[in-house]
Amino acid sequence: MAINNDTVKKIASLAKLKIEEDRLDVTRDEFNKIMDWIAQLNEVNTDGAEPLVSVNAQQLVCREDVVTDGNMKAEILANAPASEFGYFSVPKVVE
Amino acid sequence: MSELTKLTIAEALSGLETKKFSAKELTAAYIHKMDENRRFNAYVSETPEIALKAAEAADKNYAAGTARTLEGIPLGIKDLFCTKGVRTTACSRIIDNFVPPYESTVTERLFAAGAICLGKLNMDEFAMGGSNENSCFGPVINPWSKDVPLVPGGSSGGSAAAVCAEMCAAATGTDTGGSIRQPAAFCGIVGVKPTYGRCSRYGIMAFASSLDQAGPMGKDVRDCALLLKVMAGHDVKDSTSAFKEVPDFEKVLGQDIKGLKIGIPAEYRPEGLNKEVAEAWDKATAMLKARGAEIVNISLPHTKYALPVYYIIAPAEASSNLARYDGIRYGNRVDGAHVDDVYVNTRTQGFGKEVKRRIMIGTYVLSAGYYDAYYVKAQKVRRLIQNDFNEAFKHCDVILTPTSPTTAFPIGDKAMMENPLNMYLNDVFTVSVNLAGLPAMSLPIGLASNGLPLGMQLISRAFDEETMFKAAFALEQDAGFKRK
Repeated sequence: MAINNDTVKKIASLAKLKIEEDRLDVTRDEFNKIMDWIAQLNEVNTDGAEPLVSVNAQQLVCREDVVTDGNMKAEILANAPASEFGYFSVPKVVE
Repeated sequence: MSELTKLTIAEALSGLETKKFSAKELTAAYIHKMDENRRFNAYVSETPEIALKAAEAADKNYAAGTARTLEGIPLGIKDLFCTKGVRTTACSRIIDNFVPPYESTVTERLFAAGAICLGKLNMDEFAMGGSNENSCFGPVINPWSKDVPLVPGGSSGGSAAAVCAEMCAAATGTDTGGSIRQPAAFCGIVGVKPTYGRCSRYGIMAFASSLDQAGPMGKDVRDCALLLKVMAGHDVKDSTSAFKEVPDFEKVLGQDIKGLKIGIPAEYRPEGLNKEVAEAWDKATAMLKARGAEIVNISLPHTKYALPVYYIIAPAEASSNLARYDGIRYGNRVDGAHVDDVYVNTRTQGFGKEVKRRIMIGTYVLSAGYYDAYYVKAQKVRRLIQNDFNEAFKHCDVILTPTSPTTAFPIGDKAMMENPLNMYLNDVFTVSVNLAGLPAMSLPIGLASNGLPLGMQLISRAFDEETMFKAAFALEQDAGFKRK
């Protein structure tokens, strides 16, 4: 299941990352090395093993559906790289 | 005054209580050490003014007889914990200007108990790494280094170095695959990774949510017990934090370990295990035996698969968690013509090499067509790893292993730089515990012939940190390790 340059580009685009053309081969080789190593898991017989999603044994509890905070627009926007009129601002999305 | 920084928390609390010195003097002594040891690069933000102001308040509380559990104890905080009004960066360029408008639950509890914040500690970017070389603020130098600068371990490398060099009384750390225990071992200090759910993760920048856990890093076992009691407990802001009562961990220290069953897992002694590491392990086993503990040979058959499982699950969770860093709501933005270009430019320039590598792996194993082959398979093997521990704990009360297969290695080590797998393999003894959600700790057992500390790891059943602390305290007494 070797990973080629097209797959590397596809994965990068899904992850919103850009891999420079001259880094593609290196990235691909590194990727393959790690995935080959990971492939040793195929030796393990997992028939009947229930996937372990969380080690947390306790049941999640629901709290009452009430507002517990809010009214903190200034704090929320304080770290924004750009904001205007009380909103986060981004480059134009719709032409 | 420099003698004050040698004191453990327990000793300092008693000195403050009896007015031998003030919290202000204690804090000033640590600030002096921070100045003196700046070459180690342990701190990425220092808050001496905040610390001295808090120390004055602490002295007032001592005078008024209203001192709290950790009143006047100066701590260093790993830069992954959000601290209200104090820059928090995860040591990543993508968010190196972030000033949280809120406090993480763990630090809130520590400060509410009277602890003082000296500043924020260096770490591997987003806690991804085992050497602290993946920090946008540069590497941390292990205070045990002689001619060649050595790594302090990672990801909580700044925390371990700061405790070791007396730049704080103790520090907070986080552990996803060994990030508290391995640096603790490399720097000759004590580090505790509690049971998953023992401490709230609220306000700790997320790496791999099903594995991350905060814990204390201190000069000795008692200090870690004291700190964990304050840090732990249910929190409504983290639904995975446990409802379990928090025991008084300090109470068990010094209790007899006669008859305690110590498990020694065969799989942790692979062919080619470093001879000195193996000898230290045998020595520690003999110490516990001499106190009347029963040594039991156990097997954890899926041990060798823990690392590949970890390198599917942790990157998968990381790729999801780190999707939030898009340059829109916080952190740095790199502009682009279209909003999609903003995302790509911001993330490509903001994340470091190792973080990008893990996001890519995570994205791949979660992508259509590979999800079952990798992600679900890994979760199944994770189940088998947990079953191994369940089975082992039918025969023993606590498990003893080395913490790391080596002592601290040089910064820029060629083998580590050329192949990321070499770095990953350093976590071989620590990752299983995170996958199974168990508590574990590392304590120094002695020095190798190269003059560097060796750590031992103790693992106990979920929510049974007490047994681990009890055994660790006994080992600490017998090892008589001399702190740097």
